Amino acid sequence: MKVLVTVKEVAEADDDFSIDGTDIAESDLEYDLNEWDDYAVEAAVQLAEADIADEVVAVTIGPERAEETIRMALAKGVDRAVRVWDDAFEGAFPDVASKIDVFEAVVASEEPDLVLGGVQAADTGFGATGVALAERIGFNHAAVVNDLEVDADAGLANVHRELEGGVEELTEVDLPAVLTVQTGLNEPRYASLRGIRQAQRKEIAPMDLDDLGLDTTDVESTLTLTAMYEPESESDAELIEGDAGEAADRLAEVLREKGVGV
Amino acid sequence: MSVLVVADHRRGELRDVSYELVTAGRELADALDGELAVAVIAGDTDRFAESLNRPGVDRIYTVENGEEFDNTVYTAAVTELVGRSGATAVLAPNSVNGLDYAPAVAERLDIPLVTDAIDFAVDDGLTVTREMYGSKVETTVAVDGDQFCLTLRGGEFAPAEGVGEAEVESVTVDHPDSGARVKGFEEVGGGDVDIADADVLVSVGRGIEEEENLEVVEELAETLGATLSASRPIVDSGWLPKNRQVGQSGKVVTPDVYIAVGISGAVQHVAGMKGSDTIVAINTDPNAPIFDVADYGIVGDLFDVVPELVAQFE
Ligand SMILES: Cc1cc2nc3c(=O)[nH]c(=O)nc-3n(C[C@H](O)[C@H](O)[C@H](O)COP(=O)(O)OP(=O)(O)OC[C@H]3O[C@@H](n4cnc5c(N)ncnc54)[C@H](O)[C@@H]3O)c2cc1C
Repeated sequence: MKVLVTVKEVAEADDDFSIDGTDIAESDLEYDLNEWDDYAVEAAVQLAEADIADEVVAVTIGPERAEETIRMALAKGVDRAVRVWDDAFEGAFPDVASKIDVFEAVVASEEPDLVLGGVQAADTGFGATGVALAERIGFNHAAVVNDLEVDADAGLANVHRELEGGVEELTEVDLPAVLTVQTGLNEPRYASLRGIRQAQRKEIAPMDLDDLGLDTTDVESTLTLTAMYEPESESDAELIEGDAGEAADRLAEVLREKGVGV
Repeated sequence: MSVLVVADHRRGELRDVSYELVTAGRELADALDGELAVAVIAGDTDRFAESLNRPGVDRIYTVENGEEFDNTVYTAAVTELVGRSGATAVLAPNSVNGLDYAPAVAERLDIPLVTDAIDFAVDDGLTVTREMYGSKVETTVAVDGDQFCLTLRGGEFAPAEGVGEAEVESVTVDHPDSGARVKGFEEVGGGDVDIADADVLVSVGRGIEEEENLEVVEELAETLGATLSASRPIVDSGWLPKNRQVGQSGKVVTPDVYIAVGISGAVQHVAGMKGSDTIVAINTDPNAPIFDVADYGIVGDLFDVVPELVAQFE
């Protein structure tokens, strides 16, 4: 069975950041593999190690910069990767449907039995790509999976969906399926030195829209980011000033007033 | 230009966001000059319909389909009800179940989707307010399209109250065999302590960096006679058991004092602790969203501040 993992390189804002137009200034952003996708990668690699998956392919939509991040997924045991980018994505705020256009084309050529991705991307926090993709490609799906057991012979994935308030739903999903992976599903590994060396020789196939049989009208977004700003703080928090000792002194006073530690 | 709102329920109970959706749905319907319909799918549909019959709801559709959530059925039912009601706006909860069908509904209807909305406005078209970058910024997103689907964050709108005059209509929906079947539920997080019972919580987040460093906060908890709780990454890493997790998928806590140490204040965490009487935050990042819900804040390194605080009580 073949597993496709959708991964995204996400941006995280530095502690001190400024906003430039409708995004955080490029110099105040750090890039990394999306935390949720790291768990999806680990799940896929574990399926390969258990001889349930014969091949694990990662796909990302991202500029050349993202290769470094994708290379880390390869170093952790993903067999090869596809990186899709096009000028049309530069500076755009893609909607769910345009990402799905890309992934649908990749699914058509890779023909996976199982697609894994993170619950959400940490930067935009949309949480919709996996489920929308399942609908488009006619796969079954389950969102927010924090336990996974694949029974390839029965054509099933037995999953737990993590609901609110410490309740898990035990669900049986028919394959082929798309599952969105929650943090805590497993313990993502660190890439070994050997893995990092091997990853240098693995393929990251660059593709643009044309290669996928798409054009820019396919990925025109229905969404436009019109403003970004720091939220107005609703709190009237007392910010305790001073060095650590002074701050601790004042906080101790506050806590004692509340009857704590007395 | 009517609005269809989809109720959220689980194991026999309507979830609070359902009533908030009614309020938001009515606002949106007023802005669009249209009607408000509510969809109740599966579960105890009659009882839920009665509870959701609040002022401003014009119609309630009930779709009977067993007890449990089923994304195949929800996707089919919402799509069918959009057609039936002529809704141009679909408003679903940004809950774990909402995220299991709303993207499929938007895709099937080929309409734009914006998730985790905290507010919206209708002028020339729809503009949605939502956060990005782990709640560090707010954004507005303009939606191009006459029809759209939104998922609404819980706790942002007041719950609708009172008794309304909605018409209730039972609808049968055809759907294919389910591709994902619920087999049961499991409660997690039992065990030695119930953090929901604690008067004082020292809560630790990823700022602690290493498992070995937990000693630092353990000592503080001990000194203050407090109970230790945590944000999700600490539990995901297996450093503390699941019953210590505060937040959306952990416990909701309302202690007298909640001391957040090295926790950024992501929305799913805040959902579990914002009702605390007094909230203290210690964080190196002055822009961390936890300071927005805090009553007292120290911008500083926990490894400096916490030992000093312990010393104050020794
Ligand atoms: C469906 C779903 C459900 C979720 N449920 C939950 C839930 O129940 N509970 C939960 O907590 N999360 C939950 N999350 C995860 C949530 O989105 C965040 O990822 C998580 O809360 C972040 O935890 P954190 O604040 O400890 O880590 P981070 O966001 O990484 O924050 C660490 C903080 O520590 C600060 N820091 C770093 N070093 C220091 C230092 N030396 N001194 C002081 N401060 C320092 C940093 O400035 C930062 O603000 C859920 C997510 C999803 C998608």
